[in-house]
Formats: sequence, C-alpha cells, structure tokens
Amino acid sequence: MKSELIKKIEEADLPEKTKNDLKKYLGDQDISKSQFETILGRIKEEYANTRIEPCEAVGVIAAQSIGEPGTQMTMRTFHYAGVAEINVTLGLPRLIEIMDARKTPSTPTMTIYLAGDYATNRDMAREVSWQIEAAPLHEFGDITTDMLDMRVNVHLNRDVCKKRKITIDEIIDRSPQKIKDKNHYRDFEFEGDSENAIISFMPKDRESYQNLFSLAEHVRKVIVQGIDDIERVVVRKENGEYILYTEGSNLKGVFEVDGVDTSRTRTNNIAEISEVLGIEAGRNAIIDEALSTLREQGIAVDVRHIMLVADMMCIEGEVKQIGRHGIAGEKESVLSRASFEVTVNHLLDAAIANEVDILEGVTENVIVGQPIQLGTGDVKLIAKSRVN
Amino acid sequence: MSTNFSVISHVMVPDHQIMSVEEIDELLSSYQITRDQLPKIYHDDPAVKEVGAKINDVIRIVRISQTAGRAEAYRMVVKRPKK
Repeated sequence: MKSELIKKIEEADLPEKTKNDLKKYLGDQDISKSQFETILGRIKEEYANTRIEPCEAVGVIAAQSIGEPGTQMTMRTFHYAGVAEINVTLGLPRLIEIMDARKTPSTPTMTIYLAGDYATNRDMAREVSWQIEAAPLHEFGDITTDMLDMRVNVHLNRDVCKKRKITIDEIIDRSPQKIKDKNHYRDFEFEGDSENAIISFMPKDRESYQNLFSLAEHVRKVIVQGIDDIERVVVRKENGEYILYTEGSNLKGVFEVDGVDTSRTRTNNIAEISEVLGIEAGRNAIIDEALSTLREQGIAVDVRHIMLVADMMCIEGEVKQIGRHGIAGEKESVLSRASFEVTVNHLLDAAIANEVDILEGVTENVIVGQPIQLGTGDVKLIAKSRVN
Repeated sequence: MSTNFSVISHVMVPDHQIMSVEEIDELLSSYQITRDQLPKIYHDDPAVKEVGAKINDVIRIVRISQTAGRAEAYRMVVKRPKK
C-alpha cells in the first residue's frame, strides 16, 4: 500500500481499530486514488452515524441493556460452577457483587501466572504453589498434647519439610511468632530443638487444662508456610504453561513470591485490584469481570454499556457501588436522591442542610412536571434578531 | 511491596502520562469544561505514585479499548478525602 494512502488513513478522524482494519483490508488491493477517496469518505460517514448523538440518555440505555438479560440469569442460575475444582460464584449473584463493589467477593480466587522457567517446569510450578498455599503446622509433623507435663509437642517430619523446601529452624522461628502476631495469643512459652526437630509449647498458666487445649488448637492451626489468605492452590496446565488457581486472594502477598509473573497475575477481588494496581486497573477489572460473568451465561451485552457503568463507578478515583451508598446516593439533586430510596431521610437531611435543587436532571424535572433536559429538550435555541 | 515490582508493567494498568499546562488548556477548551469536571484520581493511587504526579496535575490515560482499539481518558489528581 502506498505510504501516501497510509498517511491519509492515519490523519482521518477515526478510531484506531477502524484505521487498522482499513489498512488491513486495503493493503493488498489495487485501487485508484478516487476509489480510495470514496471508501474513506463512506467510512467516515458511517462512523459519524454510529456515534451516539449529543443529549442521548446513554445511562438508561445501558441500564436496560444490562437489566433485561439480567432477568434471564435469575431463572437459570443461582448455582456455583467449578473451574479447576475451585468454586467460583457465577451468574446473577456475581453480577450483583460486582455492581455493589463489595470489599471482598464471596468466593475470592486468583489466577497466578508464572514467569520464565517456572511456567514450563511442573516441579518448579509446584514449588511456587507451596510458597503461596497457606500450610498449617500440623501438616509438617505430629502434634501431641502431653497432659502430664502440660505441654504441646510438635515432632516435625524432616521429609515433609525437605519436600516443601522449608528448614526446621524456619518453622521453629516462625511458628511462635505467628501465633503471637496473627492469633493474638501470647500466654505461652516455647522451646525449639532443631537437632531432634521438636518444638514444645507450654502455657504460662499451668493450672488449667483449658489453656493447654486452646494452645494446642492454636499450634495446630498456625500457618508456617505460604500466604495466610490463600487456602488452596491448584496447578493446571493451559496452553503449554502452568497456571496456579487459588481459593482466597492476596494480590500483594503473591506479587512478592519468587517466580510469579507480576504483569499478568490477577484476582477476582475488584477492591483489591484498585487498591494495589490503581483505579484504572480497577475499571478494567470491573469490565472484565462483568463481561465474563455475562458471557459465561451466554448473554451478549455490548461492552459499551458495561464500560459506561465501570466509568461511572470509578469516576471519583475509587470504586463506588451503584446504589444508595454510591452513585445514586451522591447525586447533586435532592429530589433525584429522594426518589430512589429512603425518601424521607433524604428530604429531611436536605431541609436541615438548606439544600437547593436546581432541577437539571431528568428525575427532578419529571417530578415537578417540566420538560426533561435530554435529547431535543436539552437544546436551547436563541433566535437572531433580524438586522434591517 | 518488593522494590522491583512496578504496577505500570501490569497488563491491567494502562499507560499514565502527566500532561503539560498547554496540553491541559487545549483539552479543557476543546471540551469546553473546567478542571474540576474531569474525572478524578487519588494522589496515593499506585499508578499516580509511579509516574510521580502531584495534586492538581492532569493525567492522560491511554487505554487499550475493546471498541476503539486505543482511547484516551483524562483524570485530575486530587487528595484522597478523609473518611
């Protein structure tokens, strides 16, 4: 294709994608200059027609376009579907979760991609999974409660420790500290014997068996390897690389593990993404999650509607829910807020705060019986006085 | 967080660029809006910290759009309100 034509395409007021398509389809065609001009002209015209017109009520269209297929979801699913033996909430409950901007989803899960050799070597991938999966102390040895001497003894299994790439000393160092920090349980003393791989815990108050048993419970459950929030890790091979799927999510923690690809690893916890990666990543996460939830149900909703919703949720710099505590509750207009939910409270608060409603939105104007400022209602014409 | 980790390199984070004063003026006049009508981004947003933007800067975000291929968005850096 002639560079002169490419330049013309580049200069046109068209989206990037259309330009690339044009270059692709016209690339190997032998067309004359006037033919090219006609094609470009028609495309420009067509593009202008597809653009949404000023004053169009895009929000209502988006609401309807997501809401109507949403009603079909209710009937079909309230179930869970397994991906790689891991349960993930899908269907309408998940969609509600996304729109409500919950701090934690009901089934947090991560997709962890691995970097370099870790992605192709099964054993190395398994190693990473051990660094991530939360492993309680009882998985590394036998725990016995000695009621005579009032102590809890842990006999560590050297083979398991070796296989899991953790040293006896590390466990001896970490476990008492972890019980103190994470479980906030401090009334105990401990002795570590790395020669024989034994750790003993003694309660401070040796009079009560109850203390001994609650200590034993803490010792059993203390997490000595992995990331606390991640309960389970499944290694799967997809498209020639090993990928870890997890139950539980901790993006920050996982990013610190060696071998994790920090550029692709993701979670389904939108709040966590926007906190760790920023609001723009949060916006992308909302779009991706909502779209994949709908698509999984076989419902085709145009991305543009979801993009609009995601934009509104992220416009203030943090992820806000759609509803009383988010977008709908922070509208400028008193009447608009009052017409949504908890009417009396809004009217009362507005009266106390001496709020003024300037009647700019749709709802307010419908309430007071004025033409709404949408479509042709938003255009104000000023007639020029005739000059004689 | 480890020092070698950069949020910008993540696939979900689009490119963030600090705009010059001239660019901001041009943007505002082309849309006929004021600064505070722009969408916001908090000053402690990880991506903002990475590009080193200050409060009241305007950031150009070059998104990889599913519809347009490439789309530009703008956000003004504001202080995170206290709860």
